[in-house]
Amino acid sequence: MSATETTTRVPLGRVGERVERRDGIPKVTGEFAYSSDLSAAGMLWGRTIRSPHAHARIVELDISEALRMPGVHAVLTHEDVPGQKTYGLEFPDQPVLAADRVRYFGEAVALVAAEEPEQARRAAAAVRVVYEPLEPVTQMERATEQEPLHEGRPTMGHGYRDDPRPNVVRSIEIRHGDPDAEGDVSVSGVYEIGIQDQAFLGPESGLAVPDGEGGVDIYVATQWLHVDRDQVAPCLNLPPEMVRIHLGGVGGAFGGREDLSMQIHGALLALETNRPVKIVYDREESFVGHIHRHPARIWCEHRATREGKLVNVRMRILLDGGAYASSSTAVTSNAACFAIGPYKVDNALIESTCVYTNNPPCGAMRGFGAVQTCFASEAQMDRLAAELGIDPVELRLLNAMAPGDLLPTGQPIEGSLPVAEVIRRAAALPVPEPEALPREAIRLPGGAGNTTRGEGVQRGVGFAVGFKNICYSEGFDDSTAARVILREDGSAVVHCAAAEVGQGVTDVILQVARTELGTDEVVLAPPETATVASAGSASASRMTWMAAGATQLACRAVAEERARGTAGEIDIERVYRHPRTTPLDPETGQITGERAHVAFAVAAMRVVVEVDVDLGLTRVVWIGTAQDVGKAVNPLAVEGQIEGGTAQGLGLALMEEIQTRDGLITNASFTDYLIPTALDMPPVVSELVEDPEPDAPYGAKGVGEPPTVVSTAAIVSALRDATGRGLTRVPVRPDEVVGL
Amino acid sequence: MRISLTVNGEPREADVWAGESLLTALRDALELPGSKNACEQGECGSCSVLLDGELVCSCLVLAAQADGHSVTTVEGLADGEKLHPVQRAFVEAGAVQCGFCTPGLVVATAALLERSPEPSDDEIREALSGNLCRCTGYVKIFDAVRLAAGTMRT
Repeated sequence: MSATETTTRVPLGRVGERVERRDGIPKVTGEFAYSSDLSAAGMLWGRTIRSPHAHARIVELDISEALRMPGVHAVLTHEDVPGQKTYGLEFPDQPVLAADRVRYFGEAVALVAAEEPEQARRAAAAVRVVYEPLEPVTQMERATEQEPLHEGRPTMGHGYRDDPRPNVVRSIEIRHGDPDAEGDVSVSGVYEIGIQDQAFLGPESGLAVPDGEGGVDIYVATQWLHVDRDQVAPCLNLPPEMVRIHLGGVGGAFGGREDLSMQIHGALLALETNRPVKIVYDREESFVGHIHRHPARIWCEHRATREGKLVNVRMRILLDGGAYASSSTAVTSNAACFAIGPYKVDNALIESTCVYTNNPPCGAMRGFGAVQTCFASEAQMDRLAAELGIDPVELRLLNAMAPGDLLPTGQPIEGSLPVAEVIRRAAALPVPEPEALPREAIRLPGGAGNTTRGEGVQRGVGFAVGFKNICYSEGFDDSTAARVILREDGSAVVHCAAAEVGQGVTDVILQVARTELGTDEVVLAPPETATVASAGSASASRMTWMAAGATQLACRAVAEERARGTAGEIDIERVYRHPRTTPLDPETGQITGERAHVAFAVAAMRVVVEVDVDLGLTRVVWIGTAQDVGKAVNPLAVEGQIEGGTAQGLGLALMEEIQTRDGLITNASFTDYLIPTALDMPPVVSELVEDPEPDAPYGAKGVGEPPTVVSTAAIVSALRDATGRGLTRVPVRPDEVVGL
Repeated sequence: MRISLTVNGEPREADVWAGESLLTALRDALELPGSKNACEQGECGSCSVLLDGELVCSCLVLAAQADGHSVTTVEGLADGEKLHPVQRAFVEAGAVQCGFCTPGLVVATAALLERSPEPSDDEIREALSGNLCRCTGYVKIFDAVRLAAGTMRT
C-alpha cells in the first residue's frame, strides 16, 4: 500500500518568507498520492447505489441478483449498518443507507464490493430498488407550509430559536437598536443566488483497510480527520480508537469535504469482506456526493441620511438547505451576522431562515453564508450611492466600521479590522486603460466565440467590500493539537492532524516550527488520528491561525524542557484554543457573553469588465484587491489563496450554477457545470494589508474566504456599471446583459 | 486484449478490455497514476499526455488506439532526479496548490513550449484553456509558464 505522503526533508523558510510548497515537487512529478491513487493487495472496488428520485418511499429492496453477479463479495443495505443508522456533521439526520425513504437525488441506498470496478458497476445496476415517488418539496418559500421531511425536528433544541414551522433547519433574528428607525432615503432590492458547487478536481475517494482485529484504517481526502472518526465509529459500533483516519492526498476541498462521503461506506464493505476496499466517485457522482453552497433569496432595505450615513438596514435571508442539515445551522447564522458588511449602523433587523427541501443538500462552501449576503448588500450600497449621487467608494468609506464599533449582534470589534485602509488601497490601484478596437478575438468578451469586431463592447468598473469571521463561532469552540518530538541532535518531528487540502497549511506548520525551534531540521509526520489529538477543521479561514498557535505552543514547550536540562528525546503535545465564544441569544440575536465570533477579516476589490451587449458576452478585464491578512505567514501562498478564491467568486458571478428540475440535478458534469478556465481569469493585483491580529499567533489571519466573499459582488457591480441593468441574480445570464 | 506501446521511453505491454481508456490503462495496468481522472469527458485536461508528441486527453483515447504508439506522461518529463524546467517553474512560481490539475498542466505547458518557445500571454491562455484548475485562479500558472519559457531559452 502506498502511503499518502512520506515524511520528507523540508525546504527552508521561516514565518513571513515566501516559501515553496514542501509537496510541490511530488505534485509536479506525478508522485504525490491522492486518495484516488491508493491501492492495496487484495483490494476490492466499492460502489454506491443511489436514488434516482428527489423524494420517494422505498417499497422493495432486493439484492439477491446482485449478490450472484461475478466477482461480487458483498452487497449491503441499511440492515447491515451495525451501529447508529444515521450520521451528520452537527446533527445525525442523514441515513448511512436509506431505509424506507429517500429525500434527495443521489441519496445512498446500497453498497457493493467486487473484484473489478466494472463488476461493481454491473452489480450495482442489478440491485433492485422499487420506489414509490412522493411529491418533492422544491421551493424554499413554500417549504415551511408543507409536510415535514424529517420527524422530530432534528436541529431543534440546541439553543436555537424554537421555530415551530415545518421544515425549518434554523431561523435567527438579529434585532439591533431600533429596527423601525427611519432615514432620509431608502433603497430596496431582492437578490438571488444560485446553487454553487465546490467542484474540486479530485473526486471523493478513499481506501478502507480492515486491521484483522475488528478495526479499520481509512485513508481519505477530508478536511477534518477527527470529526470523521467521531461520525464513523458509532455507525460501525466501534470505539473511536478502532477507527483510524489517515489523510489521503486531497485534490481540493473548499468546504465540500467537511461532510462524510465514502468513509462509512468503505469501512462497512471492508469490515464485511475483510479485504481493503477502494471507492472512487466519478464526476457525476461527485456532484451528488457532497453538499453545495446554499442558494438564497435575500430581501433588503437600506435606510440612510441624505449625507449617506446608514441609519437602518433590514434584511430577510432565505436559504435552501436541501434534504439534510449538514452545517446549515451555522451558515444561517453566519449569513445574518455578516449580512450588512463591515459598516457601522446603529439599527438593524436581520432575519435568516434555512429550510429543509428535497433539493441537493447544502452546507459549507468557501465564504459560508457571507458570499450570498455580500452580493446582496454590496448591490444595495451601489444603489444607495446612485440614489444619493455619492461616489460608491466614498459611501463605503463614510460607513466603514473601525475597532470599537458594534456589530449588529452587539459585539464590539476588538483587535484588527482595517476596513477603511483596505478600501482606500483597493480604490487606489490603477485601472488599466481601455484597449483599442478592433483587436484579437481572444481579448473580446466571449473570446474566440466572439464573431464581431467589438461594436457592442461596453466597459464598466465595479467595487465591493467583503467581510467575514475567522474561526468557529457561537460557542463552538474547537481546538488544535500539535505534538513536537525534539531529538537529542536538535532536529524535530511535528505531528498535527491539520488537513492539507492545497491551501498550504503544511508549510505554515513547518515555518512556525523552524522559527520557534531555530532549526531547519524539522519534518512533519503524515496527518492521522492515532498519533495526535484533533486539529479541528480546515475551514472557516481558521487552520493557519490554529495550527500555527498549536505548533508554536508545543515548540515552546519542548524548548523550555530542553532549557531545563532534560536530555534525550522530548515529546510534548499541546492544545491551542482561541478566545472563547458564547452563543447568540435565540430571541434577539445579541451576544450573551463577550463575543460570538473570534475575529474578522475584510477585503475590497476593484474590477474592470467589458460586456458585449449585442451578444450577451462578458469579459473580466482586470481585478485589483486589497485584503486584510493580519500577517502573511507565506506571502506566496497568501497570493495564491486570493487569486484562487477570486476565481471561484468569478465563477458564481458569471457561470456556475447547479441546475435542478423537481429536485433532480440536470448538469452533473464539467461539460454542463462550467468553472472558470484560463481564458476567463484576468490578471489579479493583490495588496496584502498587514495589520496584526493581537490574539493570533504572529498576528496571522486566515485568508482563504474573503476573496471569494467579495469577488462575486465586485464583478457584478462592474457588470451593472457597464450595462446599467439591475442584475439582481447570480450567476448573471447572457440574456440579462444583451440588447440594451 | 494485449497492447504494446512505448511509455516514457520504455517498451511496455498491458492487458486491457476493448472499451478501456488510455487513462485507465496508464493508471491501473501500467501503474502510472500521475495522470489524473477528474471528469472522464475531456473537459478538464487533468489526464493530459503526449501521444506520439501530440497533446491529448488520455480519457478520450482508447487504450487500444495507443497500441504501437509512444506515450509520454508526467512521470516521463523529469530526467532522473532533475526536474523538467516546466516542473521546476511550477514549484517556484507557486502554481501548485492541491495539485490535482498539475500533472496535466505541466504536460500541456511542456507541449506548448515545445511548439512555441516564446508564447504571448494570449497564446498561453488559449493553450491552457483546456486544463481546469480550481485552486489557483491561473495567475501563478501563467507566471510559471513565462518563467519556464525564460529558463528554457537560456
